Amino acid sequence: MIVSILSKQEVQRIAELARLELTSDELDLFTRQLGDILTYVEQIRALDTSGVVPTSQVLNRPVDRDDVPGPTLTREQLLGNAPDASTEAGLFKVPRVIG
Amino acid sequence: MDLRQGSGAPSAVAAVERSLTRIRQLEPKLSAFNTVLAERALERARVLDSEAPRGPLHGVPIAIKDNMCTAGVPTTASSKILSGFVPPYDATVIERLESAGAIVIGKTNLDEFAMGSSTENSALGPSKNPWDPTRTPGGSSGGSAVAVAARMVPLALGSDTGGSIRQPAALCGVTGLKPTYGRVSRYGLLAFASSLDQIGPFAVTAREIAAVLQAIGGFDAHDSTSSAEPMPDLTGALNGDITGLRIGIPRAFLTGVDAAVLAAFEASLRIFEARGATLVDVELPHASFGIPVYYLICTAEASSNLARYDGVRYGHRTTLSKEDGLRAMYERTRDEGFGAEVKRRIMLGTYVLSAGYYDAYYLKAQQVRTLLRQDYDRAFERADLIATPTTPTPAFRFGEKTSDPVQMYLADVFTVSANLTGLPSISVPCGFTGSPEPEAGSRLPIGLQLTGRPFDEPTVLRAADAFQLDTTFHMEAPPSVTEVTDDQPLD
Repeated sequence: MIVSILSKQEVQRIAELARLELTSDELDLFTRQLGDILTYVEQIRALDTSGVVPTSQVLNRPVDRDDVPGPTLTREQLLGNAPDASTEAGLFKVPRVIG
Repeated sequence: MDLRQGSGAPSAVAAVERSLTRIRQLEPKLSAFNTVLAERALERARVLDSEAPRGPLHGVPIAIKDNMCTAGVPTTASSKILSGFVPPYDATVIERLESAGAIVIGKTNLDEFAMGSSTENSALGPSKNPWDPTRTPGGSSGGSAVAVAARMVPLALGSDTGGSIRQPAALCGVTGLKPTYGRVSRYGLLAFASSLDQIGPFAVTAREIAAVLQAIGGFDAHDSTSSAEPMPDLTGALNGDITGLRIGIPRAFLTGVDAAVLAAFEASLRIFEARGATLVDVELPHASFGIPVYYLICTAEASSNLARYDGVRYGHRTTLSKEDGLRAMYERTRDEGFGAEVKRRIMLGTYVLSAGYYDAYYLKAQQVRTLLRQDYDRAFERADLIATPTTPTPAFRFGEKTSDPVQMYLADVFTVSANLTGLPSISVPCGFTGSPEPEAGSRLPIGLQLTGRPFDEPTVLRAADAFQLDTTFHMEAPPSVTEVTDDQPLD
């Protein structure tokens, strides 16, 4: 049996960072499974990578583009999928932010 | 070449009707589709029949993985969190297919947000492998692979982040290509891991794949990672001539492969040799680290990409009481909307990007990604293509790997490298397990994977096409779907 390298408290903290409210069953399951996955990926730490330049994307060129105004979707189109919005005011609506 | 006429359909309407008939007959058994656009497709076919032919895709039905935006048509990524979402715009690939005359016939099932290798992570339930419905079709583009394997459509699009086109293509006995990173615009593809995601076609033959890639490939100003590399004449490259082509075999990497898969792979190499190709040994010393590197990088990118699903702009929002603030809305919406695998990956990604772990996991993985790219650079000094089996095993049973995420991840051991390196890679049917007896499950398809240099789709497709000139594996349809006849009455 693989001993989990993550504690339940750590998994709870990750869930909060990721804005996920987990049930206690989910917390138990993910503590075990994330521990298994981390144990598995540990193997790359044995490789010597000193001085190796990291690859974040493979294009070998910058992916910036010029900032040129162009046609966009309309405000109505963008608000059309919102669970709660005011089309008159042109705003997405969310619950109160300051408690 | 005209794909519709090649299929024997006298008109676009006839081609669409044939597709719709097969979908209606087979869909209850196979669950390939999330949405079928019968009326829309027929209407479009009638218009196309009144027009001058636009090219090989004119009037040809195509199924689209349900993680690509289709204007006015629900796009779910097989996730509850996108329930009710109707995109106001088309993905670039949809625009290009339609202007080439192809007809979108429906949206296909996938593992939620393309995270999985079996479609078992779909919030809408799994798709079934037409060769044996007790087995998965692979994933994540399982619905698209099933739709082509069951001959419900001649063509489909999938997306491939770690093997999500090639693995289900192999497990369902069809041809599937992941193009070079940057070859096909990702505009309108719901992002999973942006440095790895790439859209590509499924079809019966490499020749049809070439026609689809010709239509969807090339620079797009809407995707800053799309490449300005000119699109070559792909169909013109399919001349059957592989004389002197050097095919590299990374022998040391081929461990833990099922005996039937390995036997089919070895037999395929003889077919290439007989046509004039040369086999050479290559080393990919870091390929065995592909899965850990992949899962560190793809989860990090996913945790960032999926932050947008928060119940504000689209999709599901939790039911709120008066006391609930914004944070409770985010947390509960996301817990209700995402399935278990998506949550696991968001959390793993959040963890590996967090302070104190970034260098040990994420940065380290990016460095090993560089080492892997260097392996391939060296291998391509000796070889023009690299061949491996697409998957270590044939299609697995439902539930076989669901309780152990690491076992599921290992289904992608041979496919993730092409995503980490950005290289073009195709899976081609190359044999079957068991005997040709019609007993269900005795005969499962096996896939051969060919990976090429960046933007060298012409060589990848030429070799795949040459292989298909000498073999008939790709032409075999599953017995359970060949019993259906086109003129059988509906329902």
